[in-house]
Amino acid sequence: MTPRKKRFVLIGLGLGALAVAAFLVLNAFQSNLVFFYTPTQAANGDVPQGRSFRIGGMVEAGSLTREGDGLTVHFVVTDMAKRVPVTFKGILPDLFKEGKGVVAQGQLAANGAFLASEVLAKHDENYMPPEAADALAKAKTAGAQSSGTLVVNPR
Amino acid sequence: MIPEVGHYALILALCVAVVQGTLPIYGAAVGNSSLMAVAKPAARGQFLLVLLAFCCLGYAFADKDFSVLYVAATSNSQLPLHYRLAAIWGAHEGSLLLWMFILSIWMVAVSFFSTHLPEAMRARILGVMGLVSVGFLLFMLTVSNPFERLIPAALDGRDLNPLLQDPGMVIHPPMLYMGYVGFSVAFSFAIAALLGGTLDAAWARWSRPWTTVAWCFMTVGVAMGSGWAYYELGWGGWWFWDPVENASFMPWLAGTALMHSLAVTDKRGGFKAWSVLLAIMAFSLSLLGTFLVRSGVLTSVHAFATDPKRGLFILIFLAVVIGGSLVLYAWRAPRVGLGGSFALISREGMLLANNVLLVAALGSVLLGTLYPLFLDALDLGKISVGPPYFDTVFLPLMTPAIFLMGIGPLAQWKQASLPALAIRLRWAFGVSLATAVAVPWLMGQWTPLISLGLLLAFWILATILVDLRERLLQAESGSVGGRLATLPRAYWGMVVAHAGVALFIVGVTMVKGFEVEQDVRMNVGETATLGGYTFRFDGTEQVNGPNYVAARGTFHVSQDGREVTVMYPEKRRYFVQNQTMTEAAISPGLLRDLYVSLGEPLEGGAWSVRLYHKPFIDWIWGGCLVMASGGILAVSDRRYRLAWRRKEAAVPATAQMARPTVS
Repeated sequence: MTPRKKRFVLIGLGLGALAVAAFLVLNAFQSNLVFFYTPTQAANGDVPQGRSFRIGGMVEAGSLTREGDGLTVHFVVTDMAKRVPVTFKGILPDLFKEGKGVVAQGQLAANGAFLASEVLAKHDENYMPPEAADALAKAKTAGAQSSGTLVVNPR
Repeated sequence: MIPEVGHYALILALCVAVVQGTLPIYGAAVGNSSLMAVAKPAARGQFLLVLLAFCCLGYAFADKDFSVLYVAATSNSQLPLHYRLAAIWGAHEGSLLLWMFILSIWMVAVSFFSTHLPEAMRARILGVMGLVSVGFLLFMLTVSNPFERLIPAALDGRDLNPLLQDPGMVIHPPMLYMGYVGFSVAFSFAIAALLGGTLDAAWARWSRPWTTVAWCFMTVGVAMGSGWAYYELGWGGWWFWDPVENASFMPWLAGTALMHSLAVTDKRGGFKAWSVLLAIMAFSLSLLGTFLVRSGVLTSVHAFATDPKRGLFILIFLAVVIGGSLVLYAWRAPRVGLGGSFALISREGMLLANNVLLVAALGSVLLGTLYPLFLDALDLGKISVGPPYFDTVFLPLMTPAIFLMGIGPLAQWKQASLPALAIRLRWAFGVSLATAVAVPWLMGQWTPLISLGLLLAFWILATILVDLRERLLQAESGSVGGRLATLPRAYWGMVVAHAGVALFIVGVTMVKGFEVEQDVRMNVGETATLGGYTFRFDGTEQVNGPNYVAARGTFHVSQDGREVTVMYPEKRRYFVQNQTMTEAAISPGLLRDLYVSLGEPLEGGAWSVRLYHKPFIDWIWGGCLVMASGGILAVSDRRYRLAWRRKEAAVPATAQMARPTVS
C-alpha cells in the first residue's frame, strides 16, 4: 500500500467511525429526548401522547394522599393556573414537600392524570427547580395578559 | 485580621503569577537564561502564598469566624470540625481556592521534578501554568473572593448542605481536582512544546508520567463521586449520566486517549500533533467541567454560583484558553511533522482506533450534556437527555474499543499480521466466549447484554494471560518468578490497569443484569425477601446526632435461617436547614451489597422501605482503584526515575532548545 492510499484508507475509516457515531447519536437522541411541559400545557392537552415527558410546578398544599399499600401516592402539580393530578408508585425523594417545587417524569393517562415513573425533587428546601419556576412564571404572565385572573404568587 | 492576611496573600500571588507567566516565556523566546531562571522561584513563592491563603480560610472555618461571608454561608457552630474544614471546598468560592491551591502544588512539583528538562522548556511550562493561575486568581479576586467580610457578622452560619456532610465529600473534591488540575501540566507541556517548536519523543517521555499521575487522581476522583452518589443519595444508583458526572467523565475520556497516544509518541514518534491536541482537549474539558459545575448553569448539589458575572468570567476565560491554544496549535502544529509510518494492522493502528473511539464517545457525551443547555439558552424549549441516550450510544462505541484493548498489546509496532494475531488469540477468544455464554446460563438468567459484558471482561483477562505467557517464553531462562520480575513496571502497570477495566466491566454487567430492587411498606416485625435474603423490620428509634436528629430503623437480615447481619438505615433531619436526609445502610460484600433505605413513615410505626440486592457492585469501584494503581505502577518505572537523575546529560541540549527546531 502506498502512503497516499493508506492515508485515504485511514481517513475513510475515521469518517466511517464518525458516521456510525453520528448515526447512533441521532438515533438515540430521537428516542430519548425528554421534553418539558407546564401544567397548563398538560391540562390543555398540548403534550405528546404515548411518550414520556416532564412536567413541573408546585405541589399543591393539602393534595397529597396515600393509598393503602403505603407506596402509591397522589398529588396535584399546579402552575397556579391549571392543575394536573399525578399518580406515583414508589418512594418520594426527601425534598418532596407540599407547597414546594417538583418535577415529575412520566406519561399522560387517558383520563388526564399524569402517571409518573420518576419524581425529582433534589436540592435544598428553598430551591425551586428552574423548570418549575419557569412554568410558574409563564402561567403568571399568561394569566396577567389574557384574562386578568388573580394569580397567587407562590412566595 | 486573619482573613485579610489571606486576601492579601492572594493579591501577592497574583502579582507573582503575572511575573511567572510573562518573564520566563519571554526569556525562553529570546534566549535570556536569567529571565528563564525566574520561573522556579516564582512558582515556589506562589505556592507559599496560596498555601497561606488556604490556611487562613481553614483557620476562619476552624475558628467559626462568621464575619466571613463564605464561612457564614457554608458552616455552622454545631458542625463538627472535620466537616467545617471540608466546608472549605463545600461551595463555590472555596472550591476555586482549592483549585488554585492544587494548581500551585502541581507547579511546585514541576519545579522540583523538572531538573532533567532543558531550561527553556521548563521556563515555558512554568510560564504557561503561571498564566493559567493568573486567570484563576483574577477570577477569585474580582468576582468570587472567599475572604469577603459580612458586616455585621452573622450570629451563626447557614450550615453546610447536609448531602455534603459525609466522609466521601471530605476527600472526593480534592482527588478530582488533583486530576482536573493535573491535566494543566500536560497542557503546559504541550503549549511549551508548541511555543518552542520541539515536539519529539523526549517531549512525550517527559509529559507521560505527569499525564498518568493526573489520570490516576482523576480515576479515583470520579469513582469516589460515583460511590458517594451510591450511598449518600439513597437511590442505590452508581451513575446517573447527570451533567455534573459527565463534566468529570469527559476529561477522563480525553485523558485516557492522551495517555495512549503519548505512548505512541514516546515509543514510535508518531501521533505528535494528535497528542498535543488531546492535551489541549483534556485541559479544556477540565475547565469546561469547572465552568459547567460551578457556574450555576446546571442544577445539582454542585451548582453554587448564580451570579451571572461569574459565569461570564469563566466563559471568557474558557474562550481565551481554548481559543488561544487552538490558534497556537493551528499555527505551529503543521511544522511538527507526522512521525514514523505504520501499517493499518499494527499497534499504532489499534491505538489510533482506540483514540478515535474514545474521542467519539467523548463527543457523544459532550453533545448530550451541552445540547439541552444550548436549547435552553436559545429559548427553544426545555429538554433533558436521559441515561437511555448515553447507554445506547456508549455501548456500541466502547465495545470495539475494549475488544481492541485485548489485541493491541499483542500486536507488533509498525506492522502486524492479522492471521498470526488470530492464531495467537484463538484460545483466548474461545475460552472467553465459552465462559461468557456459560456463566449467565448457570446463574439462571441469560441475556445477550450480560453475555456481551462478560465476554469483554473475560476477553481482556484472557488476552493478558496469553501476552504474559508469550513474554515468559521469550524471556531468558530462569525461574518463572525471576522472568516475571524482569518485565518492566510500565508493562505491569498496563496489565494491571487493563485488568481493572475487566473488573469494572464485570461489576457493571452483574449489577445491570442481576440486581433486584423492591419498594415495600413494612410494618414492625414484618419480613420481606429479596435475592435469597430475608429482611425483618424491627421498628425505628430516635437517635440524636451532633447537628441532626434521626429515626434509625433496625433490620435483621438472614439467609437460609441464619442471621447474616443487622442493618441500621437512618432518616435524618438536620436542624439548621431543616432538611431531611436518607442515610442508607449498606452491608458490603465481595459478591454482593445489601442496601436498605428508609422511605417515609406511615401510620402505626410502619415505613415505606427500599431494599436492594446488588451483586458485584463493589467491583465497579474496585476496578477503578485497580486501574489507578496500574497507573501508579507504570509511573514508578525505571526509565522515568533514570530520566530524573540524568540532569547533567540534559544541559548541553539547552542551547539547541533555545532556537526553534522542528523535527
